[in-house]
Amino acid sequence: MSIPILFALFAVASIVGYKVISDVPSLLHTPLMSGTNALSGVTVLGALTVAALAKVTGYRLLGAVAVILAMINVVGGFLVTHRMLRMFKKGTESEGRENVMG
Amino acid sequence: MSWVNLFGLVFALGTVWGIKLMSSPVTAVKGNLLGSVSMAGAIILTLLAENILSLPLLWTAIAIGTLFGYSLAVKVAMIQMPQMVALLNGFGGGSSAVVSLLALLGVLGNISIADRFTSGLGLVIGSITLSGSLIAAAKLHGKMNQRPIIFKGQSIWNNLTLLAIGLLFVSLLVIPSNAITQGAFWILALALAYGVLFTIRVGGADMPITISLLNSFSGIAASISGFAVRNPLLVAIGAIVGASGLILTRLMCKAMNRGLSQVLAGRTVLMDKKAVPGVSSIDENHLSLERRAKGAGDQGAFLSQIKNAKSIIVIPGYGMALAQAQHEVKKLVDILKGMHKEVKFAIHPVAGRMPGHMNVLLAEADVPYDELFEMDDINDEFRETDVVIVVGANDVINPAANTAEGTPIYGMPILRAYEAKRVVIFNLDTKPGYAGVDNPLYSMDNATLVLGDAAETVLQAANRLQDTASSG
Repeated sequence: MSIPILFALFAVASIVGYKVISDVPSLLHTPLMSGTNALSGVTVLGALTVAALAKVTGYRLLGAVAVILAMINVVGGFLVTHRMLRMFKKGTESEGRENVMG
Repeated sequence: MSWVNLFGLVFALGTVWGIKLMSSPVTAVKGNLLGSVSMAGAIILTLLAENILSLPLLWTAIAIGTLFGYSLAVKVAMIQMPQMVALLNGFGGGSSAVVSLLALLGVLGNISIADRFTSGLGLVIGSITLSGSLIAAAKLHGKMNQRPIIFKGQSIWNNLTLLAIGLLFVSLLVIPSNAITQGAFWILALALAYGVLFTIRVGGADMPITISLLNSFSGIAASISGFAVRNPLLVAIGAIVGASGLILTRLMCKAMNRGLSQVLAGRTVLMDKKAVPGVSSIDENHLSLERRAKGAGDQGAFLSQIKNAKSIIVIPGYGMALAQAQHEVKKLVDILKGMHKEVKFAIHPVAGRMPGHMNVLLAEADVPYDELFEMDDINDEFRETDVVIVVGANDVINPAANTAEGTPIYGMPILRAYEAKRVVIFNLDTKPGYAGVDNPLYSMDNATLVLGDAAETVLQAANRLQDTASSG
């Protein structure tokens, strides 16, 4: 893909991201942050490409290091987010008090 | 449209939809799962599209990273979440820096001026994210002094470093291709140095802002490195993360009434505790005995106030988390609810060390999220509230924020606990909070201080209340 198209994509994704994330309540800001943090590990896609295409051994290994770092980011990020989100319970779920829908 | 782009679009939309599901705690678990499945799909898609599915090196690296990520994530305690996020963030930034570096070094073939531009930028932002996040993580984890580290002429050094990075970056666009390697490594070194320089001067209470900013950086770095390797999925998802971090940074700045530049300049925390004009200094020994219960065991006055109250608001602060008193607070609240009182939690946006941190800590102690209220939603209720119970919070309820001009917290929106009929404060001591400003609320007539380890004092209070409840 050409760079102008990528720039357009960058702009569109930023706006869509801004809209979607503005709706997340502050209650969930920590999991949101660790979740988007995991998403920033998407750079693993680039790391895989450079590690595969590098011809010099040193560069290849450097690429592999980038893959490792990004995978730690991705797996660790999604997993801590999952751990946190599972803890959020509504009053009715945790102790069966009067049901208040809201 | 090729099948690669089609699937790429599907995974990008899956990611966006996943974040959308994060807007409610009911669907958020699904949203996170959808995000992770999209990511897995994107990885497989990239391996297929680049025809590199069968390289053992890649699978080994993926396995090692997964293993490390998994073991980090299952071990971390909820109170350590800020440093965990900072650390992971640094890894992501580091990865983006390496990708951009390798692209600059010609791994993907000859590069155009536009490629030099995007790869250079990715290298700068990724490296700053890497070193900045590691310093932030070290500070949050207590491996480094949490106070801002400021040396003479630091601003000048910061600006010079930034200027040098800028000059090198511009020269990168015009130098002959055989000089790129050298230029790239200089940029790498200086950008790493800049990341250190700008985070060492940020103090503990300003960390939420810094982490949010670094979070945004890691997204932008990923997105820009997507230009370098021509991967649209990387560009799109990175941009979304960048936007997310910016939103949170703005929210945090607003909640602390700070400009971003002030935080980055380390000007927010008083270096030495000086007398602040307009705020009377409080000496623990001079508090009248009435207002200073020595421990929950000695003094029944505040207990009967709590007992007679109909409406109660609990304000938890980071001190509660440090004392690991969440479960005691939960027990106290359960007893109060058993006595048919209306109990709510008031959460300040910067309670904790990252956005929303307090909510996670309370969720861990099984406090239902529909009892947690944001500052703006609950601030008008304090006036009507019989008793406010503060546990380990200081700056976020400090009325000096409204009056004491020239102090670091002046203008910061606070929870208006002082408007309640009674305020019972379970704090370790009467020392000023992170901002270093004395809290006049402590000496107000409607306030009772219960000093000591909140895990003990709150538990004592809870037990006493339970006794009186069951006997009366």
